[in-house]
Amino acid sequence: MSDQTIGNKQVAFVRRDVTGTLPAPIMTRGLPAWLRENMFSTPLSGVLTLSSILLVVWIVPDMFRYLFTDAIWSAADGAPCRAPGAGACWAYVGAKFEYFMYGSYPRSQTWRVNLTLVIGAVLILWLLLPQAKKKGLAALMFFVVYPVAAFFLLRGLDGVLSLVETNLWGGVLVSLLVAAVGIVVSLPLGVLLALGRRSQLPFVKFFCVLFIEFVRGVPLITVLFMANTMLPLFVPQEWTPDRMLRPLIGVSLFAAAYMAEVVRGGLQAMPKGQFEGAMALGLSYWQMMRLIILPQALTTVIPGIVNSFIALFKDTTLVAIVGIFDFLRTVETARLDPVWAGPTISTTGYVFAAIFYWVFCFAMSRYSQMLETKLAAGRRR
Amino acid sequence: MSQVQMRDRPHVPWWNEPKNRGYVYQGLLFIVLAFFAYEAVTNASNNMRARGIPTDFSFWNKTAGFDVNLTLIEYSAAASTYGQAFWVGLLNTLLVAVVSIVFATIVGFAIGIARLSNNWIVAKLATVYVETLRNIPLLLQLLFWYNAVLKPLPNPRDALAVPKITFLVPEFAPTVICLALGLGGWLITRRARLIEGVAVIIANAFGSLLMLAALGVWLFGGSGVASVLGQGVVAFGGKAGIYLHNRGLIFPEVHLTDSAWMMGAALLAAIAGAIAFRVWARRVQRSTGEQQPVGLVATILIIGLPLLAYFAAGAPASFALPELRGFNFVGGTRILPEFAALMFGLALYTASFIAEIVRGGILSVSKGQTEAANALGLTRAQGLKLVVVPQAMRVIIPPLTNQYLNLTKNSSLAVFIGYPDLVQVFAGTVLNQTGAAVQVIAITMAVYLVISLVTSFVMDIYNKRMSLVER
Repeated sequence: MSDQTIGNKQVAFVRRDVTGTLPAPIMTRGLPAWLRENMFSTPLSGVLTLSSILLVVWIVPDMFRYLFTDAIWSAADGAPCRAPGAGACWAYVGAKFEYFMYGSYPRSQTWRVNLTLVIGAVLILWLLLPQAKKKGLAALMFFVVYPVAAFFLLRGLDGVLSLVETNLWGGVLVSLLVAAVGIVVSLPLGVLLALGRRSQLPFVKFFCVLFIEFVRGVPLITVLFMANTMLPLFVPQEWTPDRMLRPLIGVSLFAAAYMAEVVRGGLQAMPKGQFEGAMALGLSYWQMMRLIILPQALTTVIPGIVNSFIALFKDTTLVAIVGIFDFLRTVETARLDPVWAGPTISTTGYVFAAIFYWVFCFAMSRYSQMLETKLAAGRRR
Repeated sequence: MSQVQMRDRPHVPWWNEPKNRGYVYQGLLFIVLAFFAYEAVTNASNNMRARGIPTDFSFWNKTAGFDVNLTLIEYSAAASTYGQAFWVGLLNTLLVAVVSIVFATIVGFAIGIARLSNNWIVAKLATVYVETLRNIPLLLQLLFWYNAVLKPLPNPRDALAVPKITFLVPEFAPTVICLALGLGGWLITRRARLIEGVAVIIANAFGSLLMLAALGVWLFGGSGVASVLGQGVVAFGGKAGIYLHNRGLIFPEVHLTDSAWMMGAALLAAIAGAIAFRVWARRVQRSTGEQQPVGLVATILIIGLPLLAYFAAGAPASFALPELRGFNFVGGTRILPEFAALMFGLALYTASFIAEIVRGGILSVSKGQTEAANALGLTRAQGLKLVVVPQAMRVIIPPLTNQYLNLTKNSSLAVFIGYPDLVQVFAGTVLNQTGAAVQVIAITMAVYLVISLVTSFVMDIYNKRMSLVER
């Protein structure tokens, strides 16, 4: 029997002697070790590290120069911004700031917009901060009292506040308005649709499935088109809805379908025992949902709800297609002003808009992540 | 006995019987819905008649009379109908969706894997990419690409000429020297135990830098390392016949001659060969456990055979170089800036979502799987390819399809930058010209619905096949 076989099997290699002691590992802590581990662990990793550093060196200083050192911070018109080598034209953003915020809302009345936004912000903080007490009252204020108050504050009330027609509204005001209406309407409607989809009643279920799948299958733009051109046809002529109201309806119904799917996820995650327990206590369907199921189901899907709010907030930009002057549309319009027009104006406007949307969306996504960790605490092993 | 039980059941008045209540609620819902539907239909027909809006589909066969700047099928303003305009728009939608999906998938997978990389800086950059792009509205990104990047490009007379990239080149010596030194640097890192930590990093960094330099010199043939740093590229002379200006990207048009069919045949043969090789490789692996380089062989076959055929047939293709005449280019193929902006925007935006899906999918595979792969002696790359990714795909595919559908629906944002997709051509121009709002919007929605439903149907079948079969 040869050394290279065991039994009848040929084996490639058999070690006969004891291996030597390996040398002590090289540094395992400190900066060099960290660099070796995280930046140069393999040749490929080294190449990637250097390419990334090259990329950063190539982009970041130029970007910094464009946005800060070469930027024009104050100017009366676009002339300094048109100079060759000039960076972002922040003076233009400063000059157009009121337009970006309020659109054509009468300048003497903008305090009404500010007041509405501040109240809204306070209510939202109250709702969102985990430490805050009396969430039920906050929800009532935000979902019922606030919309009515905001409507009269913004539009005006006979004899008290002057009337401001909706075609003058614009800018950040409209973006936030569309988002807020979308949220306030889509959440309850989404819950109803989700319950309907899980219902035992075949016709209710059929209708809800049909609605949800239909809306989720088409782009928001077509829903907006439909709201804008078909809605006025569906009602008697004297009821023709306001131009601002039509996209609000479209956005709300669209958001509700997505919200319904998120809520359905939460309902499906409920153990069957919860339903059975509630029924054994003799609760009616609505009592069961209100007291037992929904509080638990909605809590588990709060991150999903926040995520659909983020999507909704980004989608508000699309209302421009039906002639509503939302924030992005005001940026698009202001860009063409001949007083300011210049090679850097478009980029400046877009960067400003991007920062605005990014801050909102990023804050919301961080909030949802924070909640996710908090909610998962009970389930963590 | 049974009668006793019957009597034990409490008497429930019929209006409290859940079943009867169900009927009542559903009946009420039906009546309300039917009322609204009836009102909508009667109002709509009254309003449409009052405003002279057409109520049938006769516009479909009427002459359209407007031009579209990108048509995949034959179309002309004078001779084509609204129906043909519909098909033009639909095909343009599908075109941009398919191209964007391919790019979004490639970028998304790369970024998703990069976020999980051991390399700190790569992982951080990938995170910055994802957190930036997915938190900015798609429309804003599209407008940025179109109005701030592509539109300010010079007009055709001052078009940027893309330099000819020379492969295998004058600067042969620098390439070889860089390559050799780089390899040397890497080899030192392989013998890491000989020297201490800092030296390893320097050697590896140095080797990597030289490798990049070698690549740069080889690709751009410019003046050494400077070209890699992004400076020498434009200075290098020679024109490849590719021009970039504010009316799009122009590149040489390929004219095929009669014997070009040989290339097609070679491509088919190569694909067949690659499949056959894979089948054989599988069989070998089952019986002996040895793996064959399937990917390598397939790549060589699919690129090599058509190339061979191209030369064997005596180079059956000619390139018509675009030429500047007056204010515009003549000849050559053009990619519209609208298409490019839409494609970039859609692909990069969706990629940030795909990256998160891929990352989640890979993380969902339990750590034990990775550890088992390591214990079997697989390298990190092998472990990913053979153990982790196949399991992760099960988690990745369903949300990935969702993203593909979202991308297709989002392609309707084309209307904002004037790319002639279904919504821009049909729900925009056709609707405005014919006024047939109800019909046009219904058709447009139906198209997107059909795309969605067909995709979810296919996905259902796929999911059933892929789902774990448990005991």
